[in-house]
Amino acid sequence: MIERLRAVALVPAVSVLLALLVGAVIMILTSPMVTGAFSLTLPLEAYAAMLSGAFGSLNAVVNTLVNATPLVLAGLAVGIGFKGGLFNIGAQGQFLIGALTGIAVALALNDAPPVVAIPAALIGGMIGGAIYGFIPGALKAFTGAHEVVVTIMLNFVALSIISWAISGPLIGENVTFARTNDIEAAALPILIGRNGHLGILLAAVAVPIASWVLYRSTTGFEIRTTGANPEAARYAGMRPRGVIVLTMSLCGLFAGLAGITEVMGEVGFMTASYSTGVGFDAIAVALLGRAHPVGILFAALLFGAMQAGAGAMQIQAGLPVQMIDVLQAVILLFITADIIVRRLFRIRAAAGEIVELASVSRSYGGDRVA
Amino acid sequence: MTIEPASKAPSPPPLLEMRGITKRFPGVVACEDISLDLRAGEIHALLGENGAGKTTLMNVLYGLATPNEGEILLDGQPIEIESPHDAIDRGISMVHQHFMLIPVLSVADNILLGDEPMRRAGLLDRARAAEAIRELGSSFGWEIDPDRPVGQLSVGWQQRIEILKAIYRNAKILVLDEPTAVLTPQETREIFDVLRRLKAEGYAIIFISHKLYEVLEIADRITVIRRGRVVGSRRPGETNEDELAEMMVGREVQLTVPRGESHPAEPMLEVRDLAVRDDRGREVVHGMSFEVRAGEIFGIAGVGGNGQDELVGAITGLRHPHAGTVSLAGQDVTGAEPRRLHRLGVGFVPGDRQRFGLVMSFPIADNLVLNDYYHPPYSRGMALNQDAVRVDAEAAIEKYDVRTPSAAAVAETLSGGNQQKVIVAREFEGDLKLLVLDQPTRGLDVGSIEFIHRQAIARRDTGVAILLVSAELDEVLELSDRIAVMYRGRIVEVLDGRTADKEDVGLLMATGGRGSGIQEQVVEVGS
Repeated sequence: MIERLRAVALVPAVSVLLALLVGAVIMILTSPMVTGAFSLTLPLEAYAAMLSGAFGSLNAVVNTLVNATPLVLAGLAVGIGFKGGLFNIGAQGQFLIGALTGIAVALALNDAPPVVAIPAALIGGMIGGAIYGFIPGALKAFTGAHEVVVTIMLNFVALSIISWAISGPLIGENVTFARTNDIEAAALPILIGRNGHLGILLAAVAVPIASWVLYRSTTGFEIRTTGANPEAARYAGMRPRGVIVLTMSLCGLFAGLAGITEVMGEVGFMTASYSTGVGFDAIAVALLGRAHPVGILFAALLFGAMQAGAGAMQIQAGLPVQMIDVLQAVILLFITADIIVRRLFRIRAAAGEIVELASVSRSYGGDRVA
Repeated sequence: MTIEPASKAPSPPPLLEMRGITKRFPGVVACEDISLDLRAGEIHALLGENGAGKTTLMNVLYGLATPNEGEILLDGQPIEIESPHDAIDRGISMVHQHFMLIPVLSVADNILLGDEPMRRAGLLDRARAAEAIRELGSSFGWEIDPDRPVGQLSVGWQQRIEILKAIYRNAKILVLDEPTAVLTPQETREIFDVLRRLKAEGYAIIFISHKLYEVLEIADRITVIRRGRVVGSRRPGETNEDELAEMMVGREVQLTVPRGESHPAEPMLEVRDLAVRDDRGREVVHGMSFEVRAGEIFGIAGVGGNGQDELVGAITGLRHPHAGTVSLAGQDVTGAEPRRLHRLGVGFVPGDRQRFGLVMSFPIADNLVLNDYYHPPYSRGMALNQDAVRVDAEAAIEKYDVRTPSAAAVAETLSGGNQQKVIVAREFEGDLKLLVLDQPTRGLDVGSIEFIHRQAIARRDTGVAILLVSAELDEVLELSDRIAVMYRGRIVEVLDGRTADKEDVGLLMATGGRGSGIQEQVVEVGS
C-alpha cells in the first residue's frame, strides 16, 4: 500500500517541490525589480507570506478551502474523463453552463424557502453541466468528433450563451449593466469564518462519491475499462459508445456543480461577461492529482492555498500575484513532462493505473472507438 | 557436423564471452551466474520459457541493463557495455521481437536512423546511403527499394530490414529475440536461409527462442535457461525435443497431450453461408458453412490472413456478418452482441490477447470478471462486491496455475503464458456450450501450451463444442477431431483429425488444393 502510494504520489510531490525551486530562482533573478537589489531571501519571504496567507488564521484557512472548492469539483470533472480515456478540456464550458442553468433556477425560486431553493438550484446546475458534457460525448461516440476539439469550441459557445442569457431573459431589474438580480433564497449559507460557505461541504462529499463511483461501482468499472482498453471493453460485452456518453455527462455534472456552487456561494449574481479560469486550472489539478479523487482533493487544496496566499505574498513580499500562475504552470510542466522528473530522480514508472497522461497523449493520436 | 573440427582444434578465444552474469531486480534474480560463449560463424540458441531470463541476459549484453556481477569479454578482452550505443560500436546488434522500425519512414531512413551519413555542412547524404543499402540487399539476393515506407512491407521483410540495419552498422554479433514469433512457416524457412548465409559469412548469431523444433533445426549449440540459471548446453545432434522440453520446464513435458476418443453429440454451432467483410469493406469470408458438435474440437487450419480473424469476429459478436446465419444450439445468434453470446454460454479466447482479452493496467482479479462484473455475486445493483471478486480470483489463480504474487497484481506484470492463463481461467469457466479459441497458444512456452491444451481437451470431454482457429498447424493437428482448411475465405476441405497428414494439410493451406476451383478464382482476382 505504502509502495503503491509512493509510486503514484512521488512524481507529483517532486514536481511541486521542483516548481517551488524554479519559482525561487525566478524570484531571485527578478528581485531587483521588487527590492531594488538582488535578494537571496526574497523567495523565503514570499513563501512564508504565502503560507501565512493560506493557513495563518482561521479566515486564511477558510479562504484556502473556498478557493479549493470549485477546483475539487471541476478537477473531478476532468479526472473522471481521464479515467475514461477522455481529455475533457470542456470543464470550463460545463462550469459556465452549470452556473447559468443553476442561477436561472435560483432566481426563479428567490421567494421560496432556502431548503427548496438551494437543492433545486444545485440540481439545476448539475443538469445543465451534464447536458453540456453529454453533447461532446454523444458527438464523439456517434460521429467520431474528437472531444478535445469539440469541448474547446463549446467553451466559447458557453461564453456566448451566457452573454445572451444574462443580457436577455435573465437580466435583473433596475440594473445599470447586464447582470442578474442577486441570488437570495438559494444563496449558500456561510458555515465558518468570513466566507466559508456550504459548498466546501459539497466538495468534501463529492470526493468519496466520485471515488465510490469510479472504484466501487459497475459503472466505474465500465468507465475505467473503456478508458484503459476500449476494444477489450467491447469484447467483454460493454458498450463503449454508451460509456463515453455517460462519462462525459458525469464530467459535466461535476463541472456544473462547481459552477453553480461558485455562483451561489461566492459571487451571488452573474454578469453577461462572467468568466473564470477554474475549468482550466482544473486540468492542472486533475493531472497533479493523478486523476484519482483523493489526489485531486490534495491538488485542489494546494492550488487553493496558493491562490489564498497570493494576496499576502503581494502585500508582504511585494511580488505580483501572477507569480502564482507561474508556479502552477511550472508544476503542470513537470507533471506532463514527467519523464524529466523520473530521469532526474530515477523514479521508475509504476505498473498499473496511471492513465491520465495516456489520455492526454492519445488525444492527439488516432484513437478509435470500435 | 561442420563444427566438429573447430571444437577439437586448440580453440582461439571465443568472439564473445559472458562470464558469471548475475542480474538482480528488487525481489527477483533474473539471471544468476550465467556463462555463455559465442564463436564467429556460429548460431547459438538460447532456449527457455517466457520469464526464464533470456531477455534480461541479452539486455545486459546490449547495454540496456547493468549486471550486478560478471563480465563480458570480446575477443578475449573484458569490455564495459553501458548503453546500446556502446554495444553497436562494438559490433553487437539486436533485432527485437517487436521491430523498432518507424512505419512512415522509408527503408533507407530507418536503416540510417541514429547513424546518419553526413556530407559537409551537416547535410544528410541520402543518395549515397540509398545506393549502399541497395547494394547490401542485393548481396543477399534481395531486391530492396530504399525509398519505400517500411509500413508497406510485410512482417517478414521488415525483419530483413532490421537485419540489414544491423549489418549496415558493421555488426559482427547479431542477437535475434524470438525472430520467428511473428512469421508464417514460409517466412520462417526464408529467414533460416538468411541466418545460415550470415553464419557462412562469419557472423555470430544468438538466436533466442522457445520453439524446440526451430532451435534443433537452426542452431549449432543450444543453451537452456530455466529460472535465471543455465541448465545445460547441447548440440542438436545429441538431443531431442523431449529432452530439451524437460530441461526448459524442469519436469517431464508431454509435447502432445494425450486425448481420448471424442464423443460428438448434437450440432452446437451452425454456420450457414456466412459472408464477412474486413475493415476496409472487402468481403474476405465468402459464404462459409460448417457445424461444430458438442464434445468435439473443430480445427480451422490456414495461413494467417485468409479470413480467419473476420470469421471469428462474426461468430463472437465483434463483427457483423453481411450475409448468412450463425446459430447456437438451434437458436439464431447472427450478429448477436458479445454480452448476449456470453450469457448463452459462449467462451472466447481472442487471438490478440493484449488488445482484446485483457486490460493490461487492471489487476488480475478485475480482468477475471471483465465480462461478469455486472451480476451477482460480483455486484449487486451498482455496487461491486470486491470480496467476491477477490475470493473467486484467488480460486481461479490456483486452479489455472497462474504464477503471480497475488490477485491484485497488474496484468502487464505477468508473462505472456500467465496472461493467457488469466483469459483461459475466465473463458473456460461456467456453463459453456461453445468455446472459440483463436490462436490460443501463440507465443507461449511449452509448459503453458501443454496446460492450455489439457484444459481444452478436458472441456471438450464435458460436452463443450470447441472451435479452434490456429496458424500453428501442429496445434490444429494435435487437438482437432475434425480439421477444416481455410483458404481465401473458404473451406477447401474438411479432414478427419486423426488421419490427416501434416504434409497434405500444409499443401492445402498453401495452395487451396488443386482443381478445387479456388485456383481459378485466384487467377481471376489477381488479373
